[in-house]
Amino acid sequence: MNRIDAGAAIDAYLQQHETKSLLRFITCGSVDDGKSTLLGRLLYDTKLLFDDQLAALEGDSRRHGTQNGELDFALLVDGLSAEREQGITIDVAYRFFSTDRRKFIVADCPGHEQYTRNMATGASTAELAVVLVDARKGLLTQTRRHTWICALLGIRHVLLAVNKMDLVEYAEEVFRPIESAYRELAGQMGIGQVTAIPLSALRGENISCRSSRMDWYEGPSLLEHLETVQIVRPSSDLGFRMPVQWVCRPDQGFRGYAGQVAAGALSRGDEVVVLPAGVRSRVARIVTADGDLDCARVGDAVTLTLDDERDISRGDIIAATAQPPQVADQFAANLLWMGESPLLPGRPYWLKIGTRTVTAQVTEIKHKVDVNTQEKQAAKRLLLNEVAYCNISLDQPIAFEPYEHCHELGGFILIDRQSFATIGAGTLAFALRRADNIHWQHLDVDRAARAAIKGQTPACLWFTGLSGSGKSTIANLVEKRLHAMGYHTYMLDGDNVRHGLNRDLGFTDEDRVENIRRVAEVARLMTDAGLIVLVSFISPFRSERRMARALFDAGEFREVFVDTPLEICERRDAKGLYAKARAGDIKNFTGIDSPYEPPEAPELHLQTTTASADAMAQRVVESLLD
Amino acid sequence: MTDIDTLAPASHLKRLEAESIHILREVAAEFANPVMLYSIGKDSSVLLHLLQKAFYPAPPPIPLLHVDTTWKFREMIAFRDRRARETGCRLIVHINQDGVAQGIGPFSHGATVHTDVMKTQALKQALDKYKFDAAIGGARRDEEKSRAKERVFSFRNAQHRWDPKSQRPELWDLYNARIHKGESVRAFPISNWTELDIWLYIYRENIEVPSLYLAAERPVVEREGALIMVDDERMPLLPGEVPQMRKVRFRTLGCYPLTGAIESEADTLPAVIQEMLVARTSERQGRVIDHDPSASMEKKKQEGYF
Repeated sequence: MNRIDAGAAIDAYLQQHETKSLLRFITCGSVDDGKSTLLGRLLYDTKLLFDDQLAALEGDSRRHGTQNGELDFALLVDGLSAEREQGITIDVAYRFFSTDRRKFIVADCPGHEQYTRNMATGASTAELAVVLVDARKGLLTQTRRHTWICALLGIRHVLLAVNKMDLVEYAEEVFRPIESAYRELAGQMGIGQVTAIPLSALRGENISCRSSRMDWYEGPSLLEHLETVQIVRPSSDLGFRMPVQWVCRPDQGFRGYAGQVAAGALSRGDEVVVLPAGVRSRVARIVTADGDLDCARVGDAVTLTLDDERDISRGDIIAATAQPPQVADQFAANLLWMGESPLLPGRPYWLKIGTRTVTAQVTEIKHKVDVNTQEKQAAKRLLLNEVAYCNISLDQPIAFEPYEHCHELGGFILIDRQSFATIGAGTLAFALRRADNIHWQHLDVDRAARAAIKGQTPACLWFTGLSGSGKSTIANLVEKRLHAMGYHTYMLDGDNVRHGLNRDLGFTDEDRVENIRRVAEVARLMTDAGLIVLVSFISPFRSERRMARALFDAGEFREVFVDTPLEICERRDAKGLYAKARAGDIKNFTGIDSPYEPPEAPELHLQTTTASADAMAQRVVESLLD
Repeated sequence: MTDIDTLAPASHLKRLEAESIHILREVAAEFANPVMLYSIGKDSSVLLHLLQKAFYPAPPPIPLLHVDTTWKFREMIAFRDRRARETGCRLIVHINQDGVAQGIGPFSHGATVHTDVMKTQALKQALDKYKFDAAIGGARRDEEKSRAKERVFSFRNAQHRWDPKSQRPELWDLYNARIHKGESVRAFPISNWTELDIWLYIYRENIEVPSLYLAAERPVVEREGALIMVDDERMPLLPGEVPQMRKVRFRTLGCYPLTGAIESEADTLPAVIQEMLVARTSERQGRVIDHDPSASMEKKKQEGYF
């Protein structure tokens, strides 16, 4: 073939390649359902394995295989050595193949409950799920769990693969009851599109072509269905929405807002609104490296310029003025917890949605849902791999869409503020109240005015330390001195507040978080009133102290670490609490069976073994008035 | 509600391009000091092209880093320097000087030691030296089994280690870029591209790649079934071994003593693509380093390799 022919052939091929649609699907099922075998078989049958990969597979099959030396397709997809040793799938693996009709990205998902977060990772970008069932076992707990997680993440199409038909003599009587039971199950979970196929991954029956062993089955083979299934995507009837990713400013003359279109379409000259601020403008140019566009559509990565200069930054959403998304700061949401430590209502986390990251708290767990039975249960906390329907509150309003309308503007992750791990994934259902209905009461007498009349700078002195470390002793001395000098103060003490405001709270982790949240809010109101507030609380967790700090203006919050070694606190034991804790009469006692996380960068670090309480109180006063 | 076949929001390559641009912009927006690993091959050429597109009309806000093992094909180095000049990107070249001082090389120390010292250790040195908090790489999930499992934002601890058993969950296109001081992220914008996508994109976008990818008469010797090009005088010839001129090309580019050529007549880009469409071996077959134990990529990645 000469050069010109090759060029023309590749042009034609490129054309064909370019117009194929892409289907992203996952495979899931329990451990022994033959998921990896199915996938390996699919790659093998579609001739997508290279000779050297086959040679490696033959070697691996002899060494680790479970098929008496015959090709063990499972080894092809389990990529990690730990997975091959244990014969389980830990994390999701992505495979790529294509046929003449479509391209496919398949995410092979782990089935164990402990790896649910990895399954969710795979399912979040999929449009269809292949759910495997062993014909001999029928529907299992895992079938239910996997289907439900798919439903939770918005997968609307399921291909039920009833596998290992070779082991039940390809009998229709085995297949039909499984099919109907599954249809009922999927229907309950809101998955309308189910196609059930009897097959044998090991023998290649009904995989790439229809099996001759099951005449009674008249539907498509697995591959035929994947190639032809009509996938319905949400969001096509929404107006234009684009989260701003990056502000492009190469020079004074150009200011563009780069992002990927999340929904709708946009033409040059269209009027847009920038949310949450609500600023309006008109699109001047739709810029790309390949030249300006007249129109941008869902999925396009573009850079917009507007008619006038606006203060727009990363995280804002540019939307069609005619059909803008809602703006809110409180939501009902479904949440999958993926953290090793539990979700505690009231604890602040980072929430990333679109290109925006805000601080969020779960204000209430409405109920958790048993992932295996979908039974609703009351809960005060969520553990790893638990799912709940809950209320979420943000520290600032965001523009959003319900997840079922738009995954890009309705799906979010939660990030732990200390470990920085991704510990939650959720889908917004609806706004609990619209942010545009909230108006802060405008007050002419503001905090500055109130502070001025007292002639002082308000502050919050936050004393933290073990029980018996001397927090209250020192705080009392500080307050006396300040009072004597004419300052307006107030002392919030752990024991006192627990008798009144926080009478309903105990000492579990959740209650400790709520305890601190309330006290911090009260302290903030008091500084608003112009006072110098002294807070004396064990406050054992860094994240809550950070939450408290975040409520105050810079410099207003001063963390005072009253550092007394545990042995000394225990020796003093003024209230006899340590003795009771050691005896097991008090549970969750800080320092004994509940952790104390010392401050990393307190404004003041008082080592009580080195100086008298008086001297340390003096240090606090000096630092405050400095 | 629309069917995907009729909606076809953009062509396949356009969609891949948009996804990669999104990832590159996320890296630029979320990290303080990101860098792009530029290894001169076809995947790097595509990455560089995407980098320019992502921030257009501004110049890319991310510098390039080449970890030079000192054993690359001479043509690669010339190509690298020219492309950096032409694109105006800042290029940082790092060589492990300890390794040079010890005289580490593939012939004297073998593929494994050479790759570890001059590539993996060198990479870690460079990341530490410049305090990069994110390193963009051109790895693809279709290349190799452990890569098929890796996240787009792949977290590394302060020792640059990858922990495949506890990767951060990564849902939708929401990438978690939060890290502590000393930790880093390897970001892979072309995770979802296949080898075929790369070549078709190079063809469609007219992206320049080193001519080593095209067949030409080159001096080679055959060793353990691999055709190794004699690129310079450092290659020790075995007794009786005489380099022969054969028409060969390369499917991947690395250190010349570790990169096997294939015999080919494909001396144009369309011909290369055609040849690939009927190929029966995967592209990494030519890489000597991958043939160690079967899980070697996973092990190397855990030690900090890309």
